[in-house]
This record gives sequence, structure tokens and C-alpha cells, in this order.
Amino acid sequence: MTGYKVLVVEDSPTMRQLIVFALKRIRGFQIVEANDGVDGLKKLSAEKFDLILTDINMPIMDGLKLVSMVRNDPNYKETPIIVITTEGAIEDRERALALGANEYITKPIQTMKILETVKKLMSV
Amino acid sequence: MSHHDEENSAAGRADEFLQVFKKGAEFTQDLLKENERLRFRVVKLEETLKEKGHDVVTDGPEALELKKKILELEQEKEEILGQIKVVEEENQNFANRYVEIEEENNMLANLYIASYQLHSTLDFKEVLKIIQEIVINLIGAEEFGVLLLDEKTNLLEPVASEGIEISALPSIAVGSGIIGESVGSGENYFIESMQGYERDLHKPIVCIPLKIKEHVIGVISIYNLFEQKDEFTNVDYELFTLLAGHAATAVFSSRMYSDSERKLSTIQGFIDLLTK
Repeated sequence: MTGYKVLVVEDSPTMRQLIVFALKRIRGFQIVEANDGVDGLKKLSAEKFDLILTDINMPIMDGLKLVSMVRNDPNYKETPIIVITTEGAIEDRERALALGANEYITKPIQTMKILETVKKLMSV
Repeated sequence: MSHHDEENSAAGRADEFLQVFKKGAEFTQDLLKENERLRFRVVKLEETLKEKGHDVVTDGPEALELKKKILELEQEKEEILGQIKVVEEENQNFANRYVEIEEENNMLANLYIASYQLHSTLDFKEVLKIIQEIVINLIGAEEFGVLLLDEKTNLLEPVASEGIEISALPSIAVGSGIIGESVGSGENYFIESMQGYERDLHKPIVCIPLKIKEHVIGVISIYNLFEQKDEFTNVDYELFTLLAGHAATAVFSSRMYSDSERKLSTIQGFIDLLTK
């Protein structure tokens, strides 16, 4: 058991379920879901997470704002963040990475790519 | 000593010296001869050894046995190399198959979740939202519309859209144009080539009729894909088939439910009015 705690921030329940379903295939991952950036921040402050996956386009607080705020939190300076988004432009990718995201994956959802990236970042 | 005696003594010493020199010359001659003889002998011995050595390797029973053993080992080595090659190929096939199975597994998981979500609600608007989510996030469409058939007018009316204002989408008669023909035939439509395609709301790149068995209730028309999505994959075609069936039943049942709820609330209103 690796015992990693993972936060999935995604406003679409269908997509959230898809990502969670994929991550559950990695043994020992405890997954917590959040509907948007604000919900995500609330959950991040309530307990410590080892990995964050977030969408960009979300209501209330988008994923980029969330990435930026997470990186300003001393508890999450080194925590890997994966952005999963429909935004495919190079400047969007660069912006997310500049704000502190570790990986940037574009939609449509590619489960294998998500799993490979997670495994690489978490060395599992 | 007289002069004469001195001369005799010098001549004697010269004689002695000559004798010694002569002997030295003879000894050198002997040495050269011996050297010559030995060199000849060495060459002879080398030749003999060479001959003898040759005879032993080719003709001796031990040599033949060794040769046979070498041949056997060479054959064995070739067989092992062949087996390694076969195993390597099998390994590669297994690795490829593993990747294929993983992809299939993921595709099935996606299809399962998509269909599960479609049937998770009887709220018509929520069903439309789930269809939109699937088309955006699983297929990768940036601009599309969902049109449902009005059976009274036989027109396809837009009910949801993404990337396009819903008011911009036209109503389409069944059988008319690409969308109408796709609905009329019940067959999915895919543009032959997306190269040079310019958005035309009457000419989408993909049409997916929403069908319950052979009964078409609407259509999803896609006009543009995300820039990172340049072609359709096998998963997309599976999703199109899934959408055609599951989305249609989800839309149909949620609409029926909404209608019956509305009728029920009207009847309840009447009953309340009559019983007051």
C-alpha cells in the first residue's frame, strides 16, 4: 500500500468519475473529489494531499487560480499538480506550468496518459 | 742484451701473436659453421614439428571427437539463438497485446461511466448536460449542437449547443441536407476530409442520429474539434454508437418523465380545485 492521498478537482461529475475510476486502479490511492477551485482549496486545507489533479475551466474558481494559490501555500510547495483541460493552446500550457503545475494533459480524456503521468510523478 | 737478441725476441712475439690470431680465426670459422648447422637444424625441426602437428589435428581420434563436439555446440548455439528470437517476438506480441487490452479496458470503463451517467437522472436538462460533457470531454468536440425531432412539425429543433449560440443553429427538416439525411437514414455521417473545412451550420463534420432501435428522436451535429484533436479514434466511433443508443433513451425517458410530471401536477391542480 502506497497510501497516497489524491485530490481530484473537476466540475463535471462525469469527468470526475472517469478520472477517479482510472486512479482507483493504482493500489493504495485514497481519492477525494472537489467540484471547483474553492471546494478544492477547502479540502486542501482540511487535510494533506500528496497529488492534485485539476481541470482549468470551472465555475467560482478556475484551475489556474487554484494552482497559483496552492503553490503559495508552504504545505504544498512540492506537491505534484496535474492539469487536465480542454485548452490545447501552447500559451495555456506554458501559463499553467509557469504557475506551478507539473504536468499538463489535454482532453479528450486519455486514461492511459493520465495513469502514466501519475505513476511517473508519484514513482509508483 | 745485444741488438741482434732484441730483434730475435720481437720476431718471436710477432710469431706468437700470429699463431694466436690464426687460432682465433679458425675458432671463429668453426663457430660460424656450427651456427650455420644449428640454424639448419632448427629449420628442419620446425618443419618436422609443423608436419607432425598437422597430422595430429587432422587425423587423431581426439581431434575428430573435438571437431564433432564443436559442430554439435555450434548447432545448439544456433537453436538457442533461434529460440531467443522466438521468445523475443512472443514478448513483443504480449507487450503489444497488453497495451491493446489496457486501451480496451480504458475504453470500456469510459463507455460504462458515460452510459451510467446518462441513465443516472430523469432530469431532461441534466441529461442534455451529460451528453454535452461526453461530447466535449470524451470525443473532443469544441463546437456542436443537439437537435431533437418535433414529431408534429417533423423538424429538428436545437435544444443544446457548445461553442455556438443556440439561437444560431437552424431548424432542419428531416431528409433535408446532410443533417436531415442522416436523421432520415438513421446512419452516422462523417466528413471525408477535414482539410480546408469551414464551419457551415448546415454541413457538420459529424452527424450522430439519436436512435431508439430504428426510431430516430434527434441528432448531434459536430462542427469543430479541439485543436489538439486532429482525427477520430476507435474509441470515438464506439462512443458515437453508444451515444446514438443510450443518449436517445436517456433523452426520451427524461422527456417522458418531465411531461408526465407536468401532466401529473396539472391533474393534481384540477383535483385540488375540485375537492376544495
